[in-house]
Amino acid sequence: MNTPDDRQYRNTHEWVLEQDGTVLVGITDFAQDQLGDVVFVELPQVGRAVQEGDTVAVVESVKTASDIYAPVSGTISAVNDDLDAKPELINEDPYDRGWLFRIEPDGDLPQLLTAQAYNEVAEEEG
Amino acid sequence: MRGFDQNGDFPLIFERSKPGRRASRPPRRDDVDVAKLLGEENLRSQPPALPEVSELDLVRHYTQLAHRQFSIDGNFYPLGSCTMKYNPKVHEDAAQLFSDLHPYQDESQVQGALELLHGLQTDLAQLTGMDEVSLQPAAGAHAELAGILIIRNYHKSRGEDEQRRIVIVPDSAHGTNPATAGMAGYEVVEVATGPDGQVDIDSYREALSPRVAAVMLTNPNTMGIFESRIDELSRLAHQVGAQLYYDGANLNAIAGRARPGDMGFDVVHLNLHKTFTTPHGGGGPGAGPVGVKSHLREFLPVPIVRKDGDGYRLDYDLENSIGRVRSFYGNFGNLVRAYAYIKTLGKEGLRDVSAKAVLNSNYMARLVEEAGYRISVDAPIMHEFIAQPPAGIKTVDIAKALLDYGVHPMTVYFPLVVREAMMIEPTETESLETLEEYAELMGKLLREAQDDPEAFREAPHSTPVRRLDEVQAARRPVLRYRPPSEG
Amino acid sequence: MSYTPHTPEDVRKALEKIGVAQIGELFEHIPAALRDPELDMSPPMDEVELLAHLRELAQKNEPASTLLGGGVRKHYIPSVVSHLAMQSEFVTSYTPYQPEVAQGILQATFEYQTMMSELTGLPVSNASMYDGATAAAEAALLAIRHTGRERVLVSQGMNPEYREVLETYLLPMGFQVGKLGLEDLTTPVAAVGGDVAAVLVQQPNFLGYIEEMEGLARAAREAGALFISVVDPLSLALLKPPGEYGADVAVGDGQSIGNPLSFGGPHFGFMVVREELIRQMPGRLVGETTDVDGRRGYVLTLQAREQHIRRARAKSNICSNHQLMAIMAGIHLSALGPKGLSEAAAASVANAHDLAGALSSAGYEVLTGKRFFNEFVVKLDENAGATSRKLTRRGTSGGIPVPREYGLGEALLLSATELTTGEEISRFVSALNDVAPSARMVAR
Repeated sequence: MNTPDDRQYRNTHEWVLEQDGTVLVGITDFAQDQLGDVVFVELPQVGRAVQEGDTVAVVESVKTASDIYAPVSGTISAVNDDLDAKPELINEDPYDRGWLFRIEPDGDLPQLLTAQAYNEVAEEEG
Repeated sequence: MRGFDQNGDFPLIFERSKPGRRASRPPRRDDVDVAKLLGEENLRSQPPALPEVSELDLVRHYTQLAHRQFSIDGNFYPLGSCTMKYNPKVHEDAAQLFSDLHPYQDESQVQGALELLHGLQTDLAQLTGMDEVSLQPAAGAHAELAGILIIRNYHKSRGEDEQRRIVIVPDSAHGTNPATAGMAGYEVVEVATGPDGQVDIDSYREALSPRVAAVMLTNPNTMGIFESRIDELSRLAHQVGAQLYYDGANLNAIAGRARPGDMGFDVVHLNLHKTFTTPHGGGGPGAGPVGVKSHLREFLPVPIVRKDGDGYRLDYDLENSIGRVRSFYGNFGNLVRAYAYIKTLGKEGLRDVSAKAVLNSNYMARLVEEAGYRISVDAPIMHEFIAQPPAGIKTVDIAKALLDYGVHPMTVYFPLVVREAMMIEPTETESLETLEEYAELMGKLLREAQDDPEAFREAPHSTPVRRLDEVQAARRPVLRYRPPSEG
Repeated sequence: MSYTPHTPEDVRKALEKIGVAQIGELFEHIPAALRDPELDMSPPMDEVELLAHLRELAQKNEPASTLLGGGVRKHYIPSVVSHLAMQSEFVTSYTPYQPEVAQGILQATFEYQTMMSELTGLPVSNASMYDGATAAAEAALLAIRHTGRERVLVSQGMNPEYREVLETYLLPMGFQVGKLGLEDLTTPVAAVGGDVAAVLVQQPNFLGYIEEMEGLARAAREAGALFISVVDPLSLALLKPPGEYGADVAVGDGQSIGNPLSFGGPHFGFMVVREELIRQMPGRLVGETTDVDGRRGYVLTLQAREQHIRRARAKSNICSNHQLMAIMAGIHLSALGPKGLSEAAAASVANAHDLAGALSSAGYEVLTGKRFFNEFVVKLDENAGATSRKLTRRGTSGGIPVPREYGLGEALLLSATELTTGEEISRFVSALNDVAPSARMVAR
């Protein structure tokens, strides 16, 4: 299980990476492995205002659908359109080309998990 | 030529098509000028590209397709929760007798059909312990929607609709229960299943409040266990003013022996394609009568069949009806079959159904346990039970391997709360010999899976196609045929 | 009888294995107060008694007339259709969740989806719905999900029963249903509000007349609403398909393409949509794929939309659909082919116009201000309900009294199909002349 140290995590299996005042969100390697082959991703509208904890995206495999939550309140400023044609990017490269959406946060990030803390969460579930 | 090649792709009817061929000829009028009658501007520019085949081509095609299909008539089909019992042939003859009736014929011309519907309403009310039954809904899930809307109208009539926004379902419930509640505008709260396979009473108490509109239960539940504390579940629900909804998916276990109405349920739906053996038709049509206690009568969907003296009529005059849930009078063809079944069996026959369904299920559970599987709950088993393979063995692999032996797998991975679930419902119409053979096969497959896991995952080998790539199907959906020229 | 195979010896053997003495013990965990209720039911019948009883009931019914429409009609169904559709492998199989052994149902459904796509001119058909009414209601819900708007506009020309079902589905959810009233037998084209999720129009409409779908679809599109076309699939052999006039969704009841009347059910509903709406589609979808050896095969796909996965957030709660009836339609369409289907539709149209002509000649006022397909309205000088009942007593079709809401006064809705004969037409006209003579004719 790959859990890079350069970012933070939620116990609902999203990773969060701060970049120039915005927040990039995706799902973890552990999450993509549990889901299996991703077949479709439902992404939010750019410009949508979201509250921390809102369901903003859905990642589907053949037999499950998994909700993705906003890690912080703010506005969706970009989504990964490549996933429309290639949802498999989430399986192949969850931390880079498989990113889901970007949020322009209203304020500071809430308390999130470190890579090590997230690994403990994942191990318990796995 | 396509169709002979057993190793290639099986042809589509479109690939058997040749311009100019045809099978059937309708009564024809040679002198029709459709452009004149309908207006040139209203006509389609090109005819639809439907198949053009001879009658023999057509017969071969659909006969060969039928040969690529498992069915109850050909194969043991112990799908838990689906009640795949034998569908008597005489029911098909019965349905034929009533096929040429138009729903808008004058009531005086369809008295026999209405009498039959009335008889079925009456018998189903008896069997469920309810006061009135509507035969309108087209399927179980459709009946759930009707039932939950009935409950919603009831609360509305008491001025409590805005306050009651929650429907409680057990975490082991069929997906249709939460989906129905969602469709009717409710928030769904799941309650946990306890170690005995029954609703966890603490979790249940905690979920109940005056905000709850309804509790949806299946009994026996989807774990195959009778909720023996049903009296208490009912009392607690009613105490907070909630209505109790019975999902009839598992009525086969208690047919003629116990009635949801006596257990305190206010609304009941039945799946005629389960307990009352109307054929499943590869996914439908089903039929989903909904029954209620007298306090909910005025909310039923219309129409209801009434007896007036010697005659029968359709009653649309229910003051607070939820309205129509579909056109006409339900899936009449299925209702005829169910009626024939009940009349053939009578009370004793129905009690024999539940007796043998539960006997078979218990017998098979022992056999499956002996074959090396774990029975997931240590509690009295009803008409179905859940088994689990030993650690390291995947349910899907056992299921796929069964296909090579000409038998259908059990229901797999349901309920969702049991890991590697195998839900087995043999039904009453199967012989002990069939159950023994199946259990023996399950044992043999378990050993094969343990001996050579790699090779085992290759199954099935002898089916018309082997494991299919569902990921590809979902990522790049191909949902219709396109001729090669269209790419 | 109960179709159980157990001999007394079998029962003993099973009980011994289970470790109980009697079957009754297997039910003892059910509280005693709930067990073994009194049931008042008739004694069991054997097969001969059953069939005699059912025949007796069936004799209390009269056969249907081809002049009765209102959403279903008695059409030609080739003999081969029921023989093939009612093969026990199709009839007695379950939902194709194990695709390796369900290629029969899956492929037949894929073919059906293709045929519905061809007929409607839209790319994606689902595997079937319950009926036309519920398909229309589900289409309205689809539009509400897709647009995020909460109001739909429904033409009064849509079958009244469909409108009732639509209200049953939508109103409890707090959605609004507005009406587009008919003017001179059809739906007037007018601007649509920006709060409208969908406009639903039936073609031909409930009274049989042909709507101006292009204009209506354009008005919907300009408002950002979806246009939902409720169609009779047989009519699409001749009439412009929804895809050609810009509809986003086509729904309807499939009875006219190969399903027996069966007192109103089971038939099947269909739903066909534009590509962009696939993920909002309710119900099952069959897709093509390949197996591990590279052979073509079919599976249920995009199941994450459905209740067994999405549970409370599914697109619909539909589970069982009307698969067998849809497969029957696929066989019917293949039996007739494009030529046969358009011949049947044309004969139906021609016979309806003959009936209208015969009534006109007999002095009745037939409403012909707009073009009609195979159904139309004739005005009466006497009470329509009473006339209908009198006609019935004379052993001919009573037609359908036109609902009051259309403001057409005393009038009957009449229909014809390709099965209607000249003799049936003249018998009807003469019966009508007897029970409700035309004042104009009498005056002549």
